[in-house]
Amino acid sequence: MSVSLATGLYGISLGALAVVAGLSVPQAMVLSLLMFSGGSQFALVGIVGAGGTALSAVATAGLLGVRNAFYGVQLSPLLAVRSWRRVLAAHLTIDESTAVATVQPTVRAARVGFWCTGVGVFVLWNLFVLLGALAGNALGDPKKYGLDAAASAAFLALLWPRLVTPVTRWVAASAVVVAVVLVPVVPSGVPVLAAAVVAVAVGWFRGDRTGRRVPGAAR
Amino acid sequence: MSGATIWVTVVVASVVCLVLKLAGHLVPGHWVSHPRVARTAALVTVALLAALVAVQTVASGQHLAVDARLPALGVAAVALALRAPFIVVVVLGALTAALLRAAGMA
Repeated sequence: MSVSLATGLYGISLGALAVVAGLSVPQAMVLSLLMFSGGSQFALVGIVGAGGTALSAVATAGLLGVRNAFYGVQLSPLLAVRSWRRVLAAHLTIDESTAVATVQPTVRAARVGFWCTGVGVFVLWNLFVLLGALAGNALGDPKKYGLDAAASAAFLALLWPRLVTPVTRWVAASAVVVAVVLVPVVPSGVPVLAAAVVAVAVGWFRGDRTGRRVPGAAR
Repeated sequence: MSGATIWVTVVVASVVCLVLKLAGHLVPGHWVSHPRVARTAALVTVALLAALVAVQTVASGQHLAVDARLPALGVAAVALALRAPFIVVVVLGALTAALLRAAGMA
């Protein structure tokens, strides 16, 4: 119930923000049905709305979608499906369905959990994005309703549970600094991509053979 | 962006995301089970989300602007620290900005 409600309101904000960013209602719906990954969709809409380039919008949405590939690696042996069911399972591989499937005590419960959550969120998500997109056309200025701040809060809420180790907190803080410093000097969308480079550098070289450590990565 | 450019952006980005999902289900597990790869992927997600929070809050096109979004983010952070559910956090963020703007803040 609470997952459905959260999905619903999250979807409404995305639909409204998409329309305000310049997407038509059909574009917002194709994005939701075909991409079906909340973080990537918010990022794409945000960059289009800020006047960023198509390339940076695609790259940011894609990089945010990389985590779904890692979910797929975990889910694939658990679900053990073939052919078109495998494509369907891949499409429904998102934060929520993976989270539910991977905490179940049995394989059977994991499969039921994955398909129920995946299909349930898919139906609700797209329904509410449509409602939001239609409402977005009628609402007018989204700032009046604080919808731009809703997107900030949504990204923060997605980030929050990941800030569990000193390294993640250090990377998050560095990403904020890099992005803010770059905003006035590079085109929209690039600051976010530049912040990802920081993460790649830290993830790849932290504690490598040379023994160099990133500050704050205390262990 | 023009309508046609937005279509291309939407479709290409969606296909990229779908291919990534499918790749996860198709590649042999040991390819990506290397801790360095998994760790880097997790950190990339953290960095992207953190940068998106920052840009979404203080960027206005290519300018930096402090307006109602910043206090709204503060309220959202307090709500998260108090373990409020996702939707409460988002609604409080929107409500804070809406009320501050109704009161005359940019």
